[in-house]
Amino acid sequence: MAATDLTDKTFELPWLARALDWLAGDDVNRVAGGLTNALLLPLLGIGIFLLLWSAGAAQVQTSLGQLPGPAQVWEQGQNLWEEHQAARERERAFHERLDKRLQKAIAAGDPEEKLERIRNRQYTGHPTFVDQIWTSLVTVGTGFLLASIIAIPIGIVCGMSAGFYAGMNPLIQVFKPVSPLAWLPLVTIIVSALYVTDDPAVSKSFITSAITVTLCCLWPTIINTTVGVATVDTDLMNVSRVLRLGWLKQTIKIILPSAMPMIFTGLRLSLGIGWMVLIAAEMLAQNPGLGKFVWDEFQNGSSDSLARIMVAVLVIGFIGFLLDRAMLMLQRRVSWDKDAILR
Amino acid sequence: MQSFLNIDHIGISFDTPKGKLEVLDDIKLDIAEGEFVSLIGHSGCGKSTVLNIVAGLLRATTGGVLLEEREVTEPGPDRAVVFQQHSLLPWLTVYDNVRLAVDQVFGKTKSRKERDEWTRHNLTLVHMEHALERRPGEISGGMKQRVGIARALAMEPKVLLMDEPFGALDSLTRTHMQDSLMEIQARLNNTVIMITHDVDEAVLLSDRIVMMTNGPAATVGQILNVDLLRPRNRLALAEDAAYNHYRAEVVKFLHERHDKPRLVSSNPDAGRETQPLPLAANG
Repeated sequence: MAATDLTDKTFELPWLARALDWLAGDDVNRVAGGLTNALLLPLLGIGIFLLLWSAGAAQVQTSLGQLPGPAQVWEQGQNLWEEHQAARERERAFHERLDKRLQKAIAAGDPEEKLERIRNRQYTGHPTFVDQIWTSLVTVGTGFLLASIIAIPIGIVCGMSAGFYAGMNPLIQVFKPVSPLAWLPLVTIIVSALYVTDDPAVSKSFITSAITVTLCCLWPTIINTTVGVATVDTDLMNVSRVLRLGWLKQTIKIILPSAMPMIFTGLRLSLGIGWMVLIAAEMLAQNPGLGKFVWDEFQNGSSDSLARIMVAVLVIGFIGFLLDRAMLMLQRRVSWDKDAILR
Repeated sequence: MQSFLNIDHIGISFDTPKGKLEVLDDIKLDIAEGEFVSLIGHSGCGKSTVLNIVAGLLRATTGGVLLEEREVTEPGPDRAVVFQQHSLLPWLTVYDNVRLAVDQVFGKTKSRKERDEWTRHNLTLVHMEHALERRPGEISGGMKQRVGIARALAMEPKVLLMDEPFGALDSLTRTHMQDSLMEIQARLNNTVIMITHDVDEAVLLSDRIVMMTNGPAATVGQILNVDLLRPRNRLALAEDAAYNHYRAEVVKFLHERHDKPRLVSSNPDAGRETQPLPLAANG
C-alpha cells in the first residue's frame, strides 16, 4: 500500500490537485492562493519565455533562414512524430510483404536455404527521432548502470578505510574534471582494439558512447558514497562491534541504509552528468541517438534543421528532468525514512 | 577467590597534538556476579572511558579487564552495552532491532521459532510488546531506551553495561525507567555497571557506588556500599535515614572533596546536584 502512495506522490502535479480541489468547491481563497503559486506563475514564466523567444527569433537571420520561433518548432515536433509513424507503417508493410513471400515460397516447395534467406532479411529503414531517443536512453542507462556497479563498492571501501581513500583520492581528483570529449578518442581507439568480433551483438559506437558516459558518471557516486559511509553514526558502529556483525552483515544492516541518502545524491548527480555527456559523445561517436540526430540535422542544413534541433533540445531537457524524477521515485521507494523531504 | 569481573589497575592515555593526555590512572575494581555497581563522577572525568574499556570498544594502555578470568580484548555480546542515545537502527522496527541481536547471538543455538519467542519475551519484559512494528522514529525517548535495554538483555550478557541510560529522559520518564530496571534486575539478577550523574538514581539502584575523582588521570576516589533491603521503594526510602545518609555521602564526595574549585560559588544548588556540570578545561 505504502509503495503505491509513494509512486503517486512522485508524479503528483500540485496544480492538478489544486484545480480538483477548486472544482470540488473547496475553500476558494485558499485554493486560489495555491493556484496562483502552483499554476499561474509557472504558466506566466513559460508565456513570457515564449514571447521573448518569438520576438527575438524574428530578428535573427541565419544562413539557414530565419531563426525559428515556437510555432515552427511545434510544427517540426509534429512532423517528426508523423515521420516516425509513417516509418513504423512502412516497416509493418515490409514485414507483411516478407511474410507473404515466405508463405508463397513454402507453398511452392522451395528449398530450405531459400526460405532461410527470406526469413533473415532485415528492414533497413532510417532510424526516426523516436528511435533515436530510445537508443540514447538505452546507452545512458547502460553507461550509468555500469558506473554505479563500479562506483558504489569503491565508495563503500573508501568510506570504511581511510588508507584506501588516501590511495584513491588523487586519482579521483585528477580524473573527475576530465571532459568527456577528451575521453572519447581514447575510448574509441581502445574499444576498436579490444572489441573485435565478426558478428557484433552491439555496435562499437554504442559501446564507445556508453563507456564514455561511465567514465564521467563514476566520480559523483564515488565521492558521495564515501562521505555517506564515512559519516555513519559511531554509536551504530559500536552496536555492530558489540554484536560482532560480520563485514557483509554490517554493510547490509548498518552501513548501506545509513549511507543511502548520500548514495542517491551521488547517483542523481551522476545520471544528470551522464545524460549531458551522452549527447556530446553521440555526436562524435556517431552512435545513432539524440546527439547524432542533432549532428545530422546540423550537417543537413535544410530550412527545417534549426527547428528540428530546437525540438531535440527541448526533448533532451525534458528527458533529463524525467530521469531525475525517476531516480527520486526510486529513492523514495528504497528509503527507510518515508517522512524525509526529498526534492 | 577470584572475582567475576576484575578491572585490574587500568589506565589509558591518548596522544593529542599537545602531547600525551592521561585520562584514567590505576582504576581497580572487583565486581561480584549479580552485583549492581554505579560509576558516578563529574562530567569529563572518564566514566564512559572505563565503561568502553570493559566493553572492549577501547583498549587500556596499562592494566586489563578480566571477565571470568579471561582477558577482554574486543567487544562482544557477553558485555552488552546500553548507549546513552539508545542507538537503535532507525530503519528497523522495534522487533527487528532486537531480533538482529537475537539472531546474531543465538543464530546457531536456537531455532527460528525460539528466537522469535525470545525476542518477544524480552520486549514484553520492558513493556514494549504493543509496539513491535513501530520504527524508532515513531516512539518516545523512554520507549526507545526500553527497546535498547531489551536488545541488551536479549543477548543474555554476563555483564550489562549502561552508559547514562536515562540521562536524556525527562525526570518523570526516568523514574519509571528506574523502577522498571529494578524490577528486571530483581528477576534476572544481572551483573550491571551503570554510569550516572544522578545521586538519587545511584543510591536507589546500586549495591555499590564507585565515586571517581576528577580528571585528568582520574581514578577511584571512594567506594560506598549501599546496604538497603530489596525490593526498594523510592517513596518509602525518601524518609529513610540510611538512604539519606548514603545520598549525603555521595553529595559530599562530589561537592566537598572533588568539586571543581571555581564552580563552588557559582553553584548554590550544589547539594541537589543532578545536572552534568560544564566541562572544565582540565576535564
